[in-house]
Amino acid sequence: MTATVTAGPRTADAWRRFGGKGWRERVDVRDFVQANYTPYEGDASFLTGPTDRTRAVWEKVSALFPEERRRGVLDVDAATPSTITSHAPGYIDRDRELIVGLQTDAPLKRAIMPNGGIRMVENSLKAYGYTPDPFVTRVFGTYRKTHNDGVFDAYTPAMRAARKVGLITGLPDAYGRGRIIGDYRRVALYGTDRLVAAKRAERARLDTLPSTADVIRDREELAEQIKALGELTEMAAGYGCDVARPAATAHEAVQWLYLGYLAAVKEQNGAAMSLGRTSTFLDVYLQRDLAEGLLDESRAQELIDDFVIKLRIVRFLRTPEYDALFSGDPTWVTESLGGIGLDGRPLVTRTTFRFLQTLYNLGPAPEPNLTVLWSPRLPGGFKEFCAQVSIDTSAVQYESDDLMRPRTGDDTAIACCVSAMAVGRQMQFFGARVNLAKALLYAVNGGRDEMTGDQVTPEMPPLTGEYLDHEELRTAYDRVLDWLAETYVDALNVIHYMHDKYAYERIEMALHDHPVHRFMACGIAGLSVATDSLSAVKHARVKVIRDATGLAVDFTTEGTFPAYGNNDDRADSLAVGLVESFMAKVRRHPTYREAEHTQSVLTITSNVVYGKHTGNTPDGRRAGQPFAPGANPMNGRDRHGVVASALSVAKLPYEAARDGISLTTTITPEGLGHAPQERAGHLVGILDGYMSAGGFHMNVNVLDRATLEDAMEHPEKYPELTIRVSGYAVNFVRLTREQQLDVISRTFHGTL
Amino acid sequence: MSTVAAPPVTGRVHSWDLSTGVDGPGTRFVLFLSGCPLRCLYCANPDTWHMRDGRTATVDEIMAEIEKYRPFLTASGGGVTLTGGEALLQPAFTGALLRRCKEAGLHTALDTSGFLGARASDALLADTDLVLLDIKSFDIGTYRRLTGGDLAPTLAFATRLNRLGVPLWIRYVLVPGWTDDLTAVDGLAEFVAGLDTVDRVDVLPFHKLGAPKYEALGIPFPLKDTPTPDPALTERVRARFRAHGTAAY
Repeated sequence: MTATVTAGPRTADAWRRFGGKGWRERVDVRDFVQANYTPYEGDASFLTGPTDRTRAVWEKVSALFPEERRRGVLDVDAATPSTITSHAPGYIDRDRELIVGLQTDAPLKRAIMPNGGIRMVENSLKAYGYTPDPFVTRVFGTYRKTHNDGVFDAYTPAMRAARKVGLITGLPDAYGRGRIIGDYRRVALYGTDRLVAAKRAERARLDTLPSTADVIRDREELAEQIKALGELTEMAAGYGCDVARPAATAHEAVQWLYLGYLAAVKEQNGAAMSLGRTSTFLDVYLQRDLAEGLLDESRAQELIDDFVIKLRIVRFLRTPEYDALFSGDPTWVTESLGGIGLDGRPLVTRTTFRFLQTLYNLGPAPEPNLTVLWSPRLPGGFKEFCAQVSIDTSAVQYESDDLMRPRTGDDTAIACCVSAMAVGRQMQFFGARVNLAKALLYAVNGGRDEMTGDQVTPEMPPLTGEYLDHEELRTAYDRVLDWLAETYVDALNVIHYMHDKYAYERIEMALHDHPVHRFMACGIAGLSVATDSLSAVKHARVKVIRDATGLAVDFTTEGTFPAYGNNDDRADSLAVGLVESFMAKVRRHPTYREAEHTQSVLTITSNVVYGKHTGNTPDGRRAGQPFAPGANPMNGRDRHGVVASALSVAKLPYEAARDGISLTTTITPEGLGHAPQERAGHLVGILDGYMSAGGFHMNVNVLDRATLEDAMEHPEKYPELTIRVSGYAVNFVRLTREQQLDVISRTFHGTL
Repeated sequence: MSTVAAPPVTGRVHSWDLSTGVDGPGTRFVLFLSGCPLRCLYCANPDTWHMRDGRTATVDEIMAEIEKYRPFLTASGGGVTLTGGEALLQPAFTGALLRRCKEAGLHTALDTSGFLGARASDALLADTDLVLLDIKSFDIGTYRRLTGGDLAPTLAFATRLNRLGVPLWIRYVLVPGWTDDLTAVDGLAEFVAGLDTVDRVDVLPFHKLGAPKYEALGIPFPLKDTPTPDPALTERVRARFRAHGTAAY
């Protein structure tokens, strides 16, 4: 059954010159894109620079950044819990802006979103010198329960214990889970009237089913989705935009799409609020307007530049501790670019280039998180341009289109850093991660914490030999990981049950099909530390040093052992084994709403925090030292250059880590070639080689040590210095000193 | 009837690395062989001077390691580079490796000072797609003081490579006070311009990143107080090569 809505004259005009049929009859943006887009196989020479108007708008808002950086936040509306319609329209420069809409009534002014948890809001306000509003406190303390309250009502003692010691960390139990991508393109293509009609049809199907708990919940959610679409229409009207109808021009298409996204970031403070895969969709409109003479290239670029300015100033109110964990103030407005269609045509258009061009027109920046879905089959001109942009800005990440396309299709977008999902058809329950390195120490200590001595898991026999025996350790590790996987998946079920109940993503889910496919996105951290520790025990002799209570607190290693990151199977196979076995353990446990289990090997820069919470490990890493980020080999242990290091990572099987495997590489410009004009070609070769070898993701930082050291001493000189760390570009000057040192000490792959 | 297998060809090897765009075209498997007859004052790899410091490896072992990188090497238009130390100090091992690489369809490069060029057979050079020839100075006296060896064998090797039609990249390390004399640079540029098979000259600014190795080995680093060249000087030297019609980077 499909929703049939009469295509009135407004719709007929909006869809003029468009081809294809299926997308007219059902909500199906992919079908529209496939039927209408024009692949672009040329080079970057058609692109234009910023107009005076673009410069003026960008300068006006960026003039606020120094003050924001100094104070932590520029301003907060502490009295108005944010909803789609809570704030009056706001502008940067009303006369000059092409794309309008702000989260509150002024640029960079943050809103409060207490549905996730009132304590998080209050702590954030206090940290930045604001007083919590008594009325808000009363409402959310007395009348309206939050997600955070719900979770802690249902957590078990085991979950609390594993969370407290840092065995499971970063759980979205006090903040918005994020990582859900609304199909914001639908707002532009169909208008909200049509989307409401489609939602009513989905709801009508449910009305014929018996009212079981699942069906009741679905009906309530659809009712909320329909209300949210109404609120979006109302909010847009405040900006003079009638999004009830489809967008009729490219200008409107960008504006409608952005308003859909804006509604989401007014309603949810998600850990990652990703945009989807919009460039090729928007290109269809831009091409039509160019053909009709409604705009020229300069205007087309202006629309994208203005859109990107808006995406760069998305802000959430978060605690300083949260920012320390995530390195800066990230929003992960991830936009997925490029890729190849199922029919073999590249999904690269001129607008794909235009998005990358914003890094020149507005200067480098971490947001939006520009992500290229890479395939060796992409057109040469596009590959070369991507590589050049990487070399000039370090602000692009790459993910293997060839690995994703067969699994999530050719309308896949990345949420956050590496999480693939089909836009509008799939979503995920974000599950943070467990600390595999710490778990290994639990195996040695029978489930006692190596730092506190407390018994955290049920009592298990500790290893008592003078030296660690590989077989014994594996058996004990297996036992700890069994318990951990069970506790972990169970905790995630609690979290997502409560998030759906108390902080449901109404507008984002309104821009998904019903029923939606859900992933339960588990994750692991400390893979390289655990791998090298196992390798040390297997290939060298590791002696245990115990304290008076018998707790293993340190290790000495006799002999040498192969380390992960040198394309050496003796070590790499241990990493592969860990990924596969933890995935298998996770899969044994039932999930909330029957979500499909996945896991990631990803840690952003929180590898610093994980390291802090983990004692001495058998690989020789000292207590408190940072882990390597994501799936990276440990700093300095990869001794044969970036390619060997990358090939170790490429061995990790995507099938057992469908939520992504992250590799951060730092390359000095010289490391890409002695002659500057050859470097882009060389980077293309590295990306082609890595992806051909089965590699999933690569961050590419191209810089030199001197630049970073100077930036540490003189942050004011480098306000926009961007480096990529595990799936995300961060402002280097916003990192803590500790994180900055970690980035610098990370292997520089410059050839000497 | 039994046959006695020939003993496998072995060599002394320091280490291997993967590099991009600095040791020949594309991404390359770079094998550092142990042992060198020269003692260049600026040497960044003093740990490769002595064959005895290397480990013994067979050609099969090295080929197995290279094989792991084939997709990378071919995707990037790269290949294998033999360097050191001085690869021609072990001509049998080097020749066998080059032969096997060619059989495997890989692009080959030989990075050498040319001091032992006479030890490279025509067969070895026929298996070499590119020679990275380090000409350390064009002044006979400077060459001797800088390297402890003679310049003549290197120039003779260059001429021979030209005659054999082997493509050449010339490498010139720019050391202030040692190799920045523009008259000597001009002489070298003129010589290089006369070689038809030279594709380019890489002018490499002297660096001191090898200093910690000297410290670890307990030997003095002779150029520890020598400054690195400023970019303007480097550019000036490149311009001299370009003025003679050779691409220089």
